Amino acid sequence: MTTTHDIVRLHVNGDLREVGVPTHYTLLETLRYILGLTGSKQGCDKGDCGACTVVVDGRPTLSCITPVWEAVGTEVITVEGLASADGPHPLQDEFDLNGAAQCGFCTPGILCSASALLERTRAPSREEIKDALAGNLCRCTGYTKIYDAVEAAARRLSADDASADAATEGGASTGGASPVETDREPGGV
Amino acid sequence: MLRLPPFRYHRPSSLAEALELKGEHRSEAMYVAGGTDLVPNMKHRLFEPAHLVALKGLPELRGIEERDGSLRIGAAETLTDVAKNKAVLEGFPALAAAAGHVAGPQLRNSGTLGGNVCLDTRCTYYNQTAFWREALGFCLKKDGDVCHVTKVGKKCVAAHSADTPPVLMTLDAELVLAGPEEIRSVPVRDFFVADGIVNNQRLPDEIVTEIRIPLSSVGRRQAYTKLRQRKSIDFPLLTVAIAADMDASGRVRSIEGVVTGLGSRPRLLTGWSEIAEGHALDDEVVEELAERAHKQCHPLENIIVDPEWRRAMVPVYVKRALAQLRAA
Repeated sequence: MTTTHDIVRLHVNGDLREVGVPTHYTLLETLRYILGLTGSKQGCDKGDCGACTVVVDGRPTLSCITPVWEAVGTEVITVEGLASADGPHPLQDEFDLNGAAQCGFCTPGILCSASALLERTRAPSREEIKDALAGNLCRCTGYTKIYDAVEAAARRLSADDASADAATEGGASTGGASPVETDREPGGV
Repeated sequence: MLRLPPFRYHRPSSLAEALELKGEHRSEAMYVAGGTDLVPNMKHRLFEPAHLVALKGLPELRGIEERDGSLRIGAAETLTDVAKNKAVLEGFPALAAAAGHVAGPQLRNSGTLGGNVCLDTRCTYYNQTAFWREALGFCLKKDGDVCHVTKVGKKCVAAHSADTPPVLMTLDAELVLAGPEEIRSVPVRDFFVADGIVNNQRLPDEIVTEIRIPLSSVGRRQAYTKLRQRKSIDFPLLTVAIAADMDASGRVRSIEGVVTGLGSRPRLLTGWSEIAEGHALDDEVVEELAERAHKQCHPLENIIVDPEWRRAMVPVYVKRALAQLRAA
């Protein structure tokens, strides 16, 4: 059978993208080779390793085995969509500060799985973190620093939530700065 | 990288439309729900349909609710949703456990209960790339005429590797299948056949629309255990599901055990009622049940883990499941 093309409309990282794509492309191929979003990695390419994980409608999803048409009508968030205008996502900061990435190949997928977890709960237990990341293989770190980083990001996000609540209630505001003390600057190794 | 073969993708909005599309494209078309089994298989060129008919958007295949004395689970409900559903957790905890143990979180977010029930069988010589399989001259299940597992056999022995069917069997669940002509229901325990090439009775045009579990099974004590290499993501090397009715004094009224991960279909363990019925599940009875299970299971080298070890694990996992059952 010859390749045919379709026009698909995708919501990716908050933008509506309308692109021509071979009908049989996966979501991952569309992200990487049509939209130029190469953060999501093509690892095993058959649903085993989790490096291609993106968040579809709030749920971590393997983009390498998701036909692109299944993403139409959903909200897709890739690792490129985690940072905001204010700076990196707390998970990204904490991965840096905790040394949670070594070769970095699994990191985008893990950040996506972890960000979906932290959207569901701001206070995940160590077990919940392990379960949430069970489908993301990392061959470098041994996971400990990854779990540490997710825990640290969770603490920061819940502290941010608390200060945002306090601000809306007219209480003392920390002015958006993270109230969690750290003796290391982001970016320092 | 593994590219998919070219195909057209159809997203029907009703069951009737899905059946019609399949009727139009016949053997050129396949149904796809979560795609977690079919898409990797297509990447391995085990299937090369020119048309895919997507089932996930069909409203007829959604919802989990009590209806006519059964818990009705739409076949396109994801394994994540089944594992977390309150009615499933309360009434059928072994099903929630089995659904929650399939693969890893991302695969459960896409994969569906209907898809798990219809999971293709797996084998060391089958779940490989076309290049790999060609180098070995292909196999009985796909493109060839030799079985590399048994060497001489003319019957495919690929392993049934789905987590939920054994539990569904012990709960007397049935499947509803919608075809172009009729809608029929089949007890899960009759659904599977001992042929690794196609190991179930679903006709190519039929769609599994729902799974029904009788509410009369709610009171049963249930247990589920799974052996796998990595507890985070793997297919089962062995799965044991047990359900039992006990009287107030703790004596077994009826008991059923099903194992899978070994042969081409789940195996209902025989001889258990004679051992256990009318008795308490004491250590002696547990030992006998485990021994009877061990005698019946003879795994082959169809998956890349030592069959002798898998066989030795049968009584171990039966005993663990019975311990769960006693504590339930």
